[in-house]
Amino acid sequence: MDAIVAEDLRKHYKDIQALDGVSFSVRDGEVFGLLGPNGAGKSTAVRTLTTLTRPDSGRAIVAGEDVIRHPNRVRRSIGYVAQDSGVDWEATGRENLLLQGRIHGMAGAPLRARVDELLELVGLREAADRIARNYSGGMKRRLDIAIGLVHRPRVLFLDEPTTGLDPEARVALWDEVERLAQQESLTILLTTHYLEEADRLAERVAIMSRGKIVVEGTPGELKANLRGELVTVELGDANGRIEDAAEIVRSIAGATEVGVDGRLVRTRVPNGAQAIPTILSALDSRGFQVESVTTARPSLDDVYLHYTGRDFATEDAAGKG
Amino acid sequence: MQLLRQTGWMIVRQLRNLMREPIWIALMVIQPLIWLLLYGQLFSRVGALRGGASSYIEFLTPGIICMNAFFGGSWSGMAMIADLDRHVIDRFLAAPASRFALILSQVVRAGIIAVIQALILLLLGLVLGVRIHGGALGWLVVFAAAALLAMAFAGLSHGIALTVRREASMIAAANFVGLPLMFLSAILIPPTQMPHWIAQISRFNPVNWGVHAARNAIVNGGHWGSTGLYLLLLLAAVAATSLFATWSFRAYQRSI
Ligand SMILES: Nc1ncnc2c1ncn2[C@@H]1O[C@H](COP(=O)(O)OP(=O)(O)OP(=O)(O)O)[C@@H](O)[C@H]1O
Ligand SMILES: [Mg+2]
Repeated sequence: MDAIVAEDLRKHYKDIQALDGVSFSVRDGEVFGLLGPNGAGKSTAVRTLTTLTRPDSGRAIVAGEDVIRHPNRVRRSIGYVAQDSGVDWEATGRENLLLQGRIHGMAGAPLRARVDELLELVGLREAADRIARNYSGGMKRRLDIAIGLVHRPRVLFLDEPTTGLDPEARVALWDEVERLAQQESLTILLTTHYLEEADRLAERVAIMSRGKIVVEGTPGELKANLRGELVTVELGDANGRIEDAAEIVRSIAGATEVGVDGRLVRTRVPNGAQAIPTILSALDSRGFQVESVTTARPSLDDVYLHYTGRDFATEDAAGKG
Repeated sequence: MQLLRQTGWMIVRQLRNLMREPIWIALMVIQPLIWLLLYGQLFSRVGALRGGASSYIEFLTPGIICMNAFFGGSWSGMAMIADLDRHVIDRFLAAPASRFALILSQVVRAGIIAVIQALILLLLGLVLGVRIHGGALGWLVVFAAAALLAMAFAGLSHGIALTVRREASMIAAANFVGLPLMFLSAILIPPTQMPHWIAQISRFNPVNWGVHAARNAIVNGGHWGSTGLYLLLLLAAVAATSLFATWSFRAYQRSI
């Protein structure tokens, strides 16, 4: 069974096509990552699936219910942690959680116990009875996440949940998301700018750009699809001749996506071990001193850069322009 | 049931949050008193303004009670703007919170505050020699008039808040609606002293329905039939503006 199905969702704001035919599905119990640059339409997609925004056209089923025809049924089974914190600043953390539980029809001792459990879980036990206005950004974020979980949703939407968290809190949250996904068989749709986060948490990811999903798959598949290896050459002293060095590398057969960054020249080649000697001798013959050479298999960053059009080639072009 | 429960908890939230603002509480108590004392002094020498009351302060007390209720209601939508800005409303809307409960709680909150202020004003009035000629029923009518007036304009204010969604526009809209209604009313002077055309227009001014009801209760101690009619009209206005505000969630949701 699929916990989330989006079919050809479209949504425009004035002259901006925020969603331009978005389709994907998320299996029950899966953690799904939605990646993409600013303005790609991730939050719009999430708002549509959480019944806040009505799409212009298309269809979406969340937790077995149609978001347009039965929004209230969807609302009962989802938790939503929006990109912008929805904490009530004048209430305490505990009061925020109690009210959210009551909106979901919870009451009495079970609600109080659940709230205590969540406060413990997100590390806000000590601060539970303080006014949220005085919480730090990270504390507010953790409260947001607890609020999204209070009614034990089946499907959880996390829109950039770890933005603004310190590294320690981020790792703690990752552990928590993993635990939730496993133990409570919660389906999670997560948007993020941290590829490391998607790589670690998401079983499958989709990359969005300009309102469209440009590629979808497991992180492993996406990396494997990106043929070749990344070679990075560090020049000892390029004194203004770095562009010449890039030109030399560009002329080598098989070298694509050549770009520069300070004293570094980067390129993608089909096979690093074969290309490196050629690159080194070409640079050497033109008087460049090479400090170091590294090769790397594609990371999710590379996949992201490749598909969002912000790859080395365009960066290079932009740099020249 | 779910609707009433949600409304109840939302009211608890709002009143509790307000109780945490000592300055707000102080102003809520002091402001109506200042109005009553200031206007009471300002016009006290003008005998014609009394309109059958034994003193201008007696004439003015129901007017100030209604002015307070009306202003309180008109500005109450600022709370909605704050909730929109903090994305609290988005959180509620993505949960199974009833839109009507969200509005009703704000409207009832405005009514409760208006009743508290009316009580404070009546007590000060008693100290200043005002008699409530309508007796126990008179007290009830004054509270009902204050509550309904505040609630009717709270509904309108929340509808506007959800439509304009920005503080500056909200302030402009509240002034645009509020000040003319205030001056086209019998809050400060009896209809007999108004230019004819203003007196005619003021009959359709909901603020005036409240003022007449409250003045019947305090000054006249009678005319219960027309008083009841005014209260019914106000109740209809509460229903109409609350439904308008609930419907305005659509406008808001179209913008996000
Ligand atoms: N309420 C709105 N009114 C008008 N335009 C909007 C609105 N919400 C989003 N947009 C536009 O739609 C596009 C997609 O925005 P969205 O917030 O979905 O992107 P995103 O992928 O979440 O970006 P980010 O990573 O910055 O959060 C953007 O161009 C944005 O300006
Ligand atoms: Mg976003």
